[in-house]
Amino acid sequence: MRTCTIQDEGQLLQECRRGSHDAFEVLVNRHMKDAYRIAVGLVGCREDAMELSQEAFYRSFKNIGLLKPEARFFPWFYQILRNLCFSHLRKQRFRRTSSLPQVDGEELTAADGDGFDPHLVAERSEAKDQVWKAIGRLPAKHREVIILRHFRDMSYEQMSEALFCSTGTVMSRLYHARQKLKEILENPKGGHVV
Amino acid sequence: MTCENYRDLMMGYLDDELTAEQRKTFESHLAGCPHCRGELDGFRRLKSIADDVVLVEPEDKLWEQYWGNIYNRFERCLGWTLFGISAILLLIYGGFKMIEEIIKDPALGLGLKIGLLALIAGLAILLVSLVRERLYFRSRDRYKDVRR
Repeated sequence: MRTCTIQDEGQLLQECRRGSHDAFEVLVNRHMKDAYRIAVGLVGCREDAMELSQEAFYRSFKNIGLLKPEARFFPWFYQILRNLCFSHLRKQRFRRTSSLPQVDGEELTAADGDGFDPHLVAERSEAKDQVWKAIGRLPAKHREVIILRHFRDMSYEQMSEALFCSTGTVMSRLYHARQKLKEILENPKGGHVV
Repeated sequence: MTCENYRDLMMGYLDDELTAEQRKTFESHLAGCPHCRGELDGFRRLKSIADDVVLVEPEDKLWEQYWGNIYNRFERCLGWTLFGISAILLLIYGGFKMIEEIIKDPALGLGLKIGLLALIAGLAILLVSLVRERLYFRSRDRYKDVRR
């Protein structure tokens, strides 16, 4: 197998646009762990996260021509990944409640938090398990900012780039996300926090 | 300004993401507001627990197979595309041949010929309709592609 020696992202993307799988492999190796961590944070299941992150890479290569020449890869890729994860959660919820009518405005949580496998947490403790499950019960847009900040350690600027919003909106979403997380942790037996 | 106006700055302060000026503004509010100090302490505790949650990394074997799994999708996509195109071409060819045979066959009565031709025409219409519907929904799938 040929190995691509290019390291510059702009050049790699240019090669990808020409159909080079070798160049794309370099991009995949560079971002696969972040993609997996974000996916696992959004869907709460290791197997699904692996599958969804790989599918996102596959789709991003197929549509690499849509990425503007001056744009960076990861924020664009992140949009594909998050849409796939949210779509997966919607399908999961549809399967769980297929016979029940849809409630307008109901927010997208991950399987009531029970779908968030506590075995995914390293050096487990009761407090950590509770936080992980509480993250799973957050509405998707709030879970997303918590995952990006705490599990990928993104700066506000990077988050605003990935979420297509201002840093002010990032701060506002983080405030509400953390507020809801606190409410869930203080009232773990409560219903959905919407 | 009320405490609500300082909520966003509180997050930036907590995450050390404020400019020097924003920090100064928030700290001066914090000095005179016990409510915000209490709220900030609560968020600090939450951040400390959340930062402690580290996820288990998958085994190295899974990372080694990662690119291979993506590459398999490229191969399968190519395989399915070739399979689909050739199946459609063969179906069209077979359909025309069958129609030709039915029309030319003197042993078949007119009623049977019309019935068979209508059956083939019906199947062809169903196939085209299904393909068209699939293409229609595919082009409107908001999660298929992300354009930027």
